[in-house]
Amino acid sequence: MTGKRLATGGRIDRNRPLRFTFDGRGYTGFAGDTLASALLANGVRTVARSFKYHRPRGVVTAGVEEPAALVELLGPDASGNRQATTVPLTEGLAARSVNCWPSPRFDLGAVVQLAARAIPAGFYYKTFKWPGWALYAPAIRRAAGLASAPDHPPQGVYETRHAHCDLLVAGAGPAGLMAALVAARAGLRVVLADEGVEAGGALLSRDLLIDGAPARDWVAAVVAELAAAPLVTHLQQASVWGYREHNYLMVTETAPDRPGLTARGWRVRAGHVITATGALERGIAFAENDRPGVMLAGSVQTYLHRNAVAPWRRAVVFTNNNSAYAAAADLAAAGIVVAAIIDSRDQVPEDARARVAGLPLRAGHVVTRVLGRAGLRGVCVASPDGAEARIDCDLLAVSGGWNPSVHLWSQARGTLRYDADLAAFLPDRAVENVTAAGAAAGALGLPDALASGAEVGARVAGLPAPAVPQASDLPYAITPLWQVAHPRGKAFVDLQNDVTVADVELALREGYADVELVKRYTTAGMGLDQGKTGNVTVIGTLAQAQGRAPGEVGTTTFRAPWTPVAFGAIAGQRDGPLALPWRETPVTRWNIDRGAMMYEAGARWRRPGYFPATPDEPMAEAIARECRAVRFGVGVYDGSPLAKFEIKGPDAAAFLDHLYTNRMSSLKPRRGRYGLMLTDDGLILDDGVCFRLDAARWLVSGSTGHAEALHRHLEYQRQTSRPGWRVFITPVTEQWANATICGPQARAVMQALGCDFDLSAQAFPFMQLREGHVAGLPARVLRVSFTGELSYEVNVAPRHLPALWQQVMGAGAPHGILPVGSEANHVLRVEKGFLSLAHEVDGTADPHDLGLGWVMAQAKPDHLGQRAVAIRRAGGGVRRELVGVIPEGDTPLPEGAPLTPGGQRVASEGFITACVRSVVQDRWLGLALLDNGHARHGETAHVRLQGGQVIPVRVAAPIHYDPEGERLRS
Amino acid sequence: MLLIPCPFCGPRDESEFICGGPVRPPRPDPAQTSDADWTDWLIQAPNPVGPVQEHWWHARGCGVWLTLWRDTRSHEIVAGASDDG
Repeated sequence: MTGKRLATGGRIDRNRPLRFTFDGRGYTGFAGDTLASALLANGVRTVARSFKYHRPRGVVTAGVEEPAALVELLGPDASGNRQATTVPLTEGLAARSVNCWPSPRFDLGAVVQLAARAIPAGFYYKTFKWPGWALYAPAIRRAAGLASAPDHPPQGVYETRHAHCDLLVAGAGPAGLMAALVAARAGLRVVLADEGVEAGGALLSRDLLIDGAPARDWVAAVVAELAAAPLVTHLQQASVWGYREHNYLMVTETAPDRPGLTARGWRVRAGHVITATGALERGIAFAENDRPGVMLAGSVQTYLHRNAVAPWRRAVVFTNNNSAYAAAADLAAAGIVVAAIIDSRDQVPEDARARVAGLPLRAGHVVTRVLGRAGLRGVCVASPDGAEARIDCDLLAVSGGWNPSVHLWSQARGTLRYDADLAAFLPDRAVENVTAAGAAAGALGLPDALASGAEVGARVAGLPAPAVPQASDLPYAITPLWQVAHPRGKAFVDLQNDVTVADVELALREGYADVELVKRYTTAGMGLDQGKTGNVTVIGTLAQAQGRAPGEVGTTTFRAPWTPVAFGAIAGQRDGPLALPWRETPVTRWNIDRGAMMYEAGARWRRPGYFPATPDEPMAEAIARECRAVRFGVGVYDGSPLAKFEIKGPDAAAFLDHLYTNRMSSLKPRRGRYGLMLTDDGLILDDGVCFRLDAARWLVSGSTGHAEALHRHLEYQRQTSRPGWRVFITPVTEQWANATICGPQARAVMQALGCDFDLSAQAFPFMQLREGHVAGLPARVLRVSFTGELSYEVNVAPRHLPALWQQVMGAGAPHGILPVGSEANHVLRVEKGFLSLAHEVDGTADPHDLGLGWVMAQAKPDHLGQRAVAIRRAGGGVRRELVGVIPEGDTPLPEGAPLTPGGQRVASEGFITACVRSVVQDRWLGLALLDNGHARHGETAHVRLQGGQVIPVRVAAPIHYDPEGERLRS
Repeated sequence: MLLIPCPFCGPRDESEFICGGPVRPPRPDPAQTSDADWTDWLIQAPNPVGPVQEHWWHARGCGVWLTLWRDTRSHEIVAGASDDG
């Protein structure tokens, strides 16, 4: 390390050395280092290989804009494609370079470079399009991609916080601190969020004075005052990465104050937002400008001042603006030989010259080419008359100018304008409640940034701008230079995606004239740096080639996130069971204890699928046992999750007639009817039974998984379509739990339980309801059946269900009662041809297709969907209709399998909706939707499986058992 | 994340709501409407560049189906003609 660290200064703790490994070798850095600064301090120059050409790459910048120094973190914090400039150094950190094998200095993939002339933009897509990109993609991605994905899920712990404030300030540089201070003093609720390890922004990278003292002292004083202000929340290492509608901002804090917490996501609703996000330096495109040792000048200052890293001996500075003069002076002050300052401007302002008095300055010169492959050895410099000379150096500090960070502003759909004086895009008109301040608003230079922050902060607080501290800075001035033409070598505009000036020019020649199309064709500006250092250079290059102003070319769209964000930080605690919690019925626990295989029954309800008698009983046997219990004895089913609504009011009857295809208003109290609800486009929304409880009160049931959709529909119709009607809708799904007792012995079980109403078929027939007591518990009993057997749905308060359940099991024991899961229920309903919404109702079927034309009460006045069904059927097209299918050869049919004419490899004429092993027929039976199926009973149709196997099936009526319904009415 | 003004609950996050789409003209009387007009009413939803009136359901709140005017260019919730349907 000797000679690569400055003896004093920097924001590092020389008493806290940290050991880390990179590509398997051990190194030491200090607390306060980033991985990038520690690598530089250890003389590591080549950190990664590039995406497409496998060129060696080093550290270019010192922050989130880093395009080249991508690494993969190993160990418990494993993650791919991390910018070494944003990874804080920690004890034991292990990392490796991306995209190189076996090592970044000797990379076999680099043979690609030999063929690089043959790989321009769009090469892969043009070359590998026959017979299909998918054939080539795996091999290309292996060679071209970046880091590999970690082999284990992330171990992080995340949480989310919500905050509301009057003002959110993004960025704690001079402008952001000033704005937050003014607003805090005015008593506003302020959230100040900054992505740096500590506040200060660019002040940490430079030697500047505020009120005659080091700027860092001013920063410390402001931070202390903000910390004491009760209404200020100040977050560091907190990136404001997303700007959502109505001033809702996404912030991720990567070093939260709680031990064990990996990151904390903040969602902040702000009355006003100030984007004090600073500016990012951009490069200049010239031949071989990607070689390790070519860095941005401002980032070199950051390494000198923040990390006390100075691994260079001889530097050349190449610039088109004044800012690099401060960098040259800082390099010289750190004891590094400044071999030359190459300024592309013919006229260098006097104040800039004065800043580097005594250093060799060549005005009107440009760097044409970089020498050296894995490490910089020198540069070629051209004078105004074209003469080239070589200058040896191990650092080329480049400044192509500064781009205000308008990303957040633009995410908020604020417009931009091109400022010719600054040669940059600036915020123009805001759409949300947002103001840009400081360098992000074009106020480059410390005095202007402080004044801008104070002015904007005061404006938000409704106060006049206060006085600001005294500061001075070298005024910014630029004459744009985007690229230096040279006949040899690659001149990169986007290092991360290996996009060169030649690629941009090729895109133009091939007709991609729009900047958005150039981005898509060349991939410039994509990836995890999102082109932060190169995008404006691309725009400038395009403008130059098209003879337009950069403002006419415009920018591509800025989208969130501003910096890469861990998915965990977005999800917060919404992980595992908390992401989608299970809903349990009062007997879920009993079912689990009984050994049930638990399934989701829709809407996140947990319900038993089937009950193996022993842990190794095959599933099919358990299901068949349960089916036989219901068909020939008795079973009990937990029907609690069924969607249920009570509808009441003087207009309830008319309302239901509007919703259902058939008439419900004619029902007498305690009687019910099966019905279908359509949407107004004539498709089936839901089916279920509707009971009249009394003169003005109704009970509507629907599919478990449709409870919320049904609720939405009912309320939508009531509130927006029939607002004047006196109807109340109450969801009661969770107010009534039920045990559904079904099978020929169901009445005997009910009698044994003890009911205070007559259970005989004459007194309490099918499709009626009784309210009374069952086993001493208040109950509402419905005679409905989804199995085709005699069935009592005993509804009780949820707190009573476990007691009822125990009594049912006891009363049913002499009859061999079994608990029945949803699998057996499915078998029984398919035998009967009863509909299941997810199976037979697929969003195209209408009631006639399903053999339910009888529910389309033609005499009834208008109901939802009636007109649409009539119009569609008048069209006379072929309809897919519900049929039963019996596989010849008694083999199972996969659900969803297509039926094709003659089993040929042609367009399908239908598909299998369900297939079960019937216990009453002891064979495989199914249901299907088939073109013109109602007219084809008795014919043979053909299921065609993947691979070409054909299974003939006999088409039949979709009722395989008890077609007259005698059993369910018994 | 829109901030939606609920008439009963005040300004609430969009995540509490379910969007019901643009408000269409009142449902015509099917007995007085041609097939073509009915189909148009069913299928043609307003989709302007600019203010559009929308239905939102406060599903994780009070349950109201509210209407508002939203500018599709800016997401701004703006004043618009009142709606009774």
